[in-house]
Parts: sequence; C-alpha cells; structure tokens
Amino acid sequence: MAIIVIAILTFGFLDISGILDNPWLQKIQFGPALLSLSVVTLVCLIAATLLLGRLYCSVICPLGIFQDFFNWLSRKFNKKKKYGFKPEQPWLRWGVLAVLVIAWICGFTFLVGLVEPYSAYGRMADELFKPVYLFGNNLLAALSEKTGSYRFFKVLISLKSVSALVVALLTLFIVGHISYHHGRTWCNTICPVGTLLGFFSRFSLLRIRIDKDRCNHCLACQRKCKAYCIDSANQKIDYSRCIDCFDCIDSCKQKAIYYGPVKSSKPAPVQQTDTVDESKRQFLKSSLVIAALAPAALEAKVTGKKDERVPMSPPGSISHKNLLQHCTACHLCVSKCPSHVLKPAGMEYGLGGIMQPVMKFDDGYCNYDCNLCSQICPAGAIKPLTVEQKHSTQPGRVVFNKDICVVNVNRTSCGACAEHCPVQAIHMVPFEGGLTIPETTPDLCVGCGGCEFICPVKAVHIEGNPIHLTAKAPEQDTNIQTEDFDFGF
Amino acid sequence: MDRRDFLKTLAAAGALVTVKSSGMMDVMASTLPSAGQVPAADGNADLAAIMNGEPAAMLEAAMKELGGIGRFIKKGDKIVIKPNIGWDRTPELAGNTNPDLLVALIKMCQDAGAAEIKVFDHTCDNWTRCYDHSGIEAAVKKAGATMVHAHEQSSYERVDIPNAKTLKNAMVHKAIIECDKWINVPVLKNHGGALMTCAMKNHMGIVWDRRAFHSRGLHQCIADICTYKPAVLHIVDAYRTVATNGPQGRSASDVVLTKALFASPDIVAVDTAAGKFFTQVNKNIRFEDIEHIPDGQKLGLGTMDLESINVKRVRL
Repeated sequence: MAIIVIAILTFGFLDISGILDNPWLQKIQFGPALLSLSVVTLVCLIAATLLLGRLYCSVICPLGIFQDFFNWLSRKFNKKKKYGFKPEQPWLRWGVLAVLVIAWICGFTFLVGLVEPYSAYGRMADELFKPVYLFGNNLLAALSEKTGSYRFFKVLISLKSVSALVVALLTLFIVGHISYHHGRTWCNTICPVGTLLGFFSRFSLLRIRIDKDRCNHCLACQRKCKAYCIDSANQKIDYSRCIDCFDCIDSCKQKAIYYGPVKSSKPAPVQQTDTVDESKRQFLKSSLVIAALAPAALEAKVTGKKDERVPMSPPGSISHKNLLQHCTACHLCVSKCPSHVLKPAGMEYGLGGIMQPVMKFDDGYCNYDCNLCSQICPAGAIKPLTVEQKHSTQPGRVVFNKDICVVNVNRTSCGACAEHCPVQAIHMVPFEGGLTIPETTPDLCVGCGGCEFICPVKAVHIEGNPIHLTAKAPEQDTNIQTEDFDFGF
Repeated sequence: MDRRDFLKTLAAAGALVTVKSSGMMDVMASTLPSAGQVPAADGNADLAAIMNGEPAAMLEAAMKELGGIGRFIKKGDKIVIKPNIGWDRTPELAGNTNPDLLVALIKMCQDAGAAEIKVFDHTCDNWTRCYDHSGIEAAVKKAGATMVHAHEQSSYERVDIPNAKTLKNAMVHKAIIECDKWINVPVLKNHGGALMTCAMKNHMGIVWDRRAFHSRGLHQCIADICTYKPAVLHIVDAYRTVATNGPQGRSASDVVLTKALFASPDIVAVDTAAGKFFTQVNKNIRFEDIEHIPDGQKLGLGTMDLESINVKRVRL
C-alpha cells in the first residue's frame, strides 16, 4: 500500500506525459491542506487519526514512506539492528512547531516548507529524482528515434536553482541518515505534521495495545520499534509517537501486542504529564508575542531594495503575499510546468520566500492557454484559474527599452517580441524607412514572457506585479478586407 | 625575398586561388532554384495560383497545372514536408498550415511512391500543444506519415551556408539535412517584424537558433537560409489568412477566409505572388517593404518578375 502510494505520488512529479495532471494524492497532504485551509481534507485526516492513529505517517506521507525505505535498507545490511525505548522530547517537538508557527506568521514560510514532509519529499522528487528520470527518458527517446519511432520524446533537463538543489540534497542526506540509523526520529522530533497528528493520535480509537497478561517483558517489540515509543518494561506505549507501522505485532511471539479498540475496562494509558503541557503553553505564549512583533521588521527589510527587478509570481497566486503565506515550496508546479517557466526563487521574494515558484523566461515562456500550475497546487498558493480567467490575469507587465532594441540600434527588421505576444500588448508600428519598431500597451499584457524569452538583446522584459492586476481585453481590429479578392498580380 | 619565401608565397597564393575558385563553382552550381532537382517545366506552369476551393481541391488543381507531383519527387525518395506549426492555435485561427492540405499532399506523395514522409516544425509555442491543437499531428499520423520532434537541440546539426551573405552557418534540423527532397508548405500570414510570413519566412522553422536571425538582420538571414537546401516545391496555404496582428492573430477577427493557394518550385516567385495577394487583404502593408523577397532574388533563389514565367491562374 505504502509503496503504491509513494510510487503514484512520485510519478506525479516525474510524469511528462500529462496522465497525472490531477494529482489527488498531493492534495490530501496535511501540510499544504493546512496552509490552504482546505477544511474537508483537514477534518478527514484528523478524523482518520482519531480513529486509526497516525496511519497518515505510514501510508500517505511520502517522506515517511521514504524513511521506511532507508530503514528497510539498514535492516538489510544489519540484521541485528535494534531500537529501544526513549522518552518523548516534548520540548523539542513543540519547540520546533512553535518556531515554525512564528516563522510562518512572520512570513518566513521558507522554514515551514523546509521541514514540511510532503514538500521536503516533493523537492527531492523534482530536484533529484526527476533529472534521473528524464535522463532515462531521453536515452529511451534517443534509442527509439534511431529505430525510426517518435513514440518517446526528449525533455529539457535544466538546473532550476542551485539553492533548491542544495536543499534537496541536504534533505536527502539528513533525513536519509537519521532514518537509516535512528528510525522515525525525524518524524517524532522535527516534523511539524508528526507533532500535530501525534497530539490527536493520543486519543485514537484503534491503536497498538499490550495484553498485560500475555506479555512476558521479552522486549522484542521494543527492539523492533523504529519510533522508540514502546516502553516494554512498563508495558506502556507513547501513542503520540506511534506511527502505526505494526512492526511490533509481527515481532511478538506471545501475541501479546495487537492493534484494536480498548478490550477491557483497564484505564486507557493516556496519562501524559501535566507539567509538559504547562511549559508548552508558556512557550507558545511567549512565541506568539515575538511573532506579533516580527513581521513589521521583516517587511521593512524586503521592501528595502528598490532598484532590482520585481519578481513575477505565477498567475493565480494573487499576490506575492498570498504566495508567501501558503506556499510550502513542494515544487509540484515547478516540476509540472510544461514550458519550464516556473523556477524555485532565490532571494527574489526575500528571505521568507526562498524556493517558492517564480516565473523566469530563460528556457521558455508561459503558454497563453495553459493553467496547469493553478490546477495542481495543493496548498492554495496558486488558486485555480480557468483559461478565460487566466487570459485576464496580469501577474506582470511588459517594459520596453528602445535604446537597446535591434531595430533602433542596427536598423534591421525584427519583431520577434510582437510575434510572440498573444495579446498584442507589444505590436509593431512604422519606424524609419519601412521598418517597424515595437510599441507597448502594458494594460493588455498578461505577463507570459514570450517577448522577453525571444528578444535577442533583452530589450523587453516583464516586471512583476506584487499584487496581480487585471489585463484589459484587446480591442477588435476592423481594418481588414474580408471579401472580393483578386489574384493581386 | 629569397627563393624559399618566394616559393612559400607562390604556394599560398595557389592554394588561395584554388579554394576561391572551387568556392565559386559551388555558388554557380547551386544558385539556381532547387539546384538540379527539379526537371524543366516542359510546358507546365512555373507557378499555379488557385482560388475559391477547399484546400485539397486547390492542391489538386495546382498540381495539375504544375505537371503533377511526379515532376518533383520520384519513387523511393525520402521526403520531408515542412508546414508552419508555430503556434498553439486551432485550424480556424490559421496560425498554422491547414491540416487538410497536408493530408492531401501526403496522399499525393504516397501515391508517387515516396519511401518515407516526415513532417516537423520548430514551434514557437510549447511544441506538444502546437502539434496537438493545430490538428496537424493527428492528421499526419492518420495519413500514414511520421511526425518528427523538433523541440530539442539534439535534433539539429550545424551546417555551412556557403551562399549566404550574413548567416554563414546555422543549426538545421537533421530531417532536412538527411532527406532526399523536401516540400515547403507555409501558411500565408501577417507578421509584425517581417510584415508577411510565407515560403521564405517558413524556413526559420528548420533552424534551431532563431534569435540570431533577429539580431543579425531578419530579412537577409531569411534569404540566406533559403539557399541552404532549397525545397523542390513550395505550396502556400492561403485558405485562411491572418490579416492583422500576425503571426499569431489575437482572435478570429484577425482571420480572413481567403480560399487561395499558390504553388511553385520558385520560392521568390511564390512569395511575390502570395505577397501581392496579401497586400489586398491587409492594405496597410506595402509589398516593397517585404525586403526578404528582393534579398532572395539577389541571391539567385528565383525571380520576382512574374511576367517572365509561366503563371497559371485558376478559379474553381
């Protein structure tokens, strides 16, 4: 089951044929659902956790399944691999979560995206697995072309952003290392989704239980538990950390450990210490105070630089602010953009928006009739747009620099920009001696970047709108003859 | 100057003259349109202009005037058909060559015994969308020809263009390089920069790096690339014409149902005919300003003097 889920989900990132352009598995991920406030998904996931425990972490979360793979590897190489019981680190877990909440409130969504498990996995899929997949695909395409078949086609492999690559590599290394040596420690100390679901799983109806009469304290289950949550000596389980992997059930020769509802009238072992809760609360309180003060400081820092180009966020993202609030940088849009326009941002949006998608026209330009990114975003950072809505959305506006335009400088014909403009926001007007030169009507511009992409000297570029505007509908042209033609020669 | 220096100079001069003259020979051999590939007209038309028909019917009428497809291709030839598939536009918006015309042409080539028929264009918009929405990929496949990819640099090879004035080399699609003969099937449209796009301008779709054209002088580079490996036949689709806001057109209001077709082995003549026809549709454009046509004539690609050739005009 978990293998199928991760396979479908990963293929959702890798796919180039468009059969997985409705990535439902991506849309039921907790992190993006939380940031997009998609209530239905959240309620379902929390209800499932209350009912079944943290099954999410075992079969839905791609990073969880990914860790189980490393875990499986480590057991392959070391047959005697043993875990044990370790007490919960509530300060660390809730501390990390609190820091993330503060960071998010302050606009440092970058930090949230960094550890949000689905997004962390998404970036690995896009930055690390996809190039490998495409390389294989291109090899296949080259071979099939040799045999005269054009069934497969090559796809551009480009380094989208150094920072995203480094982050993906670090994630792979750190999460891989932790899971290889310490099981699901990442999920139970760092992962914010783990912490939140862990809170609910304490109360779950079905859960792993120890039959105290049968248990002979052999510690077999405890040694098998990659979440370090079974205290076999005291016959207790820390349900906030149990991720429902069921490894313990197989290990128990006494059949003393099982998954199910409460059997007898024994008191449910939900006896977490109150002192921990108290400190949690205090921590959260003090954090919130800091959080309230910080955004102003950050905003000032971002708006500080004026002379640089304004980045352009994808159509449907409404504004830089909306993107900043919701995007966990899972890179699904970056991965799926058929025109290779969406790239992970560096510092374009400021510190908080590192790795969020930004439109760049080095490898292509945004297709006028394409709205794929808006359809697939699981976090509501890019809101769904119909093609018609997209045609009237203006994420950026054209800027023309006549001083370096080849028509003006070399006195030759060009018109590449106007040629690529789907709305004639750039059109050619008479210049000297039969030549034509670009003239812009920025109100019509839809910011597709066709002009910027093709301009041989970058005399046109698109300046982003921090808050997206509405593009005017182009007027109809009437200056054409529609009938009564002769050959004309 | 001692004897050694003298001999060196002599050798160098000799080599230079040899290279130069062999270069000249190349020029002379290939300045004729479709050098050595198209047999003499034998009483057939040099240019056929057809009006008032459906695409397939007009093609048939044109080929009748020109002496049949067999005049241009032979049994066993490996053929490339190069339409314009530049834009993510449906056939009604006329941004690309009419698929019905292509199907009719493919059938003709198959009947003439073509061993292989490949179709491609280096698109401007995203290639999968262009191939799909133009209706061309589906039509071509159904007709039994092969759609070839052209969206990746590895499909192209750098070639010298010895007769060029400006564009001395370019990366050209391997299908063109490797084929026996190719047929150029442009669609007639307005163009913001080149004013009109037709048979000559359609050559930009066989090249990888088109930005060089724009930065080094569009009209001359267009004329230059046409000297590389001339197509044996140029068939201009003017069934629907993007009259304004070309080459994409913004909407159906830019498109005129013109119902015309021009065909000739002479690229300059066919662009002259289509260009003069086009200036009726869009009266703001002066034929004289479409510089790449005279540039092509200067390179010996053909003639703009339609009086000097056998033109057949047919209204269906």
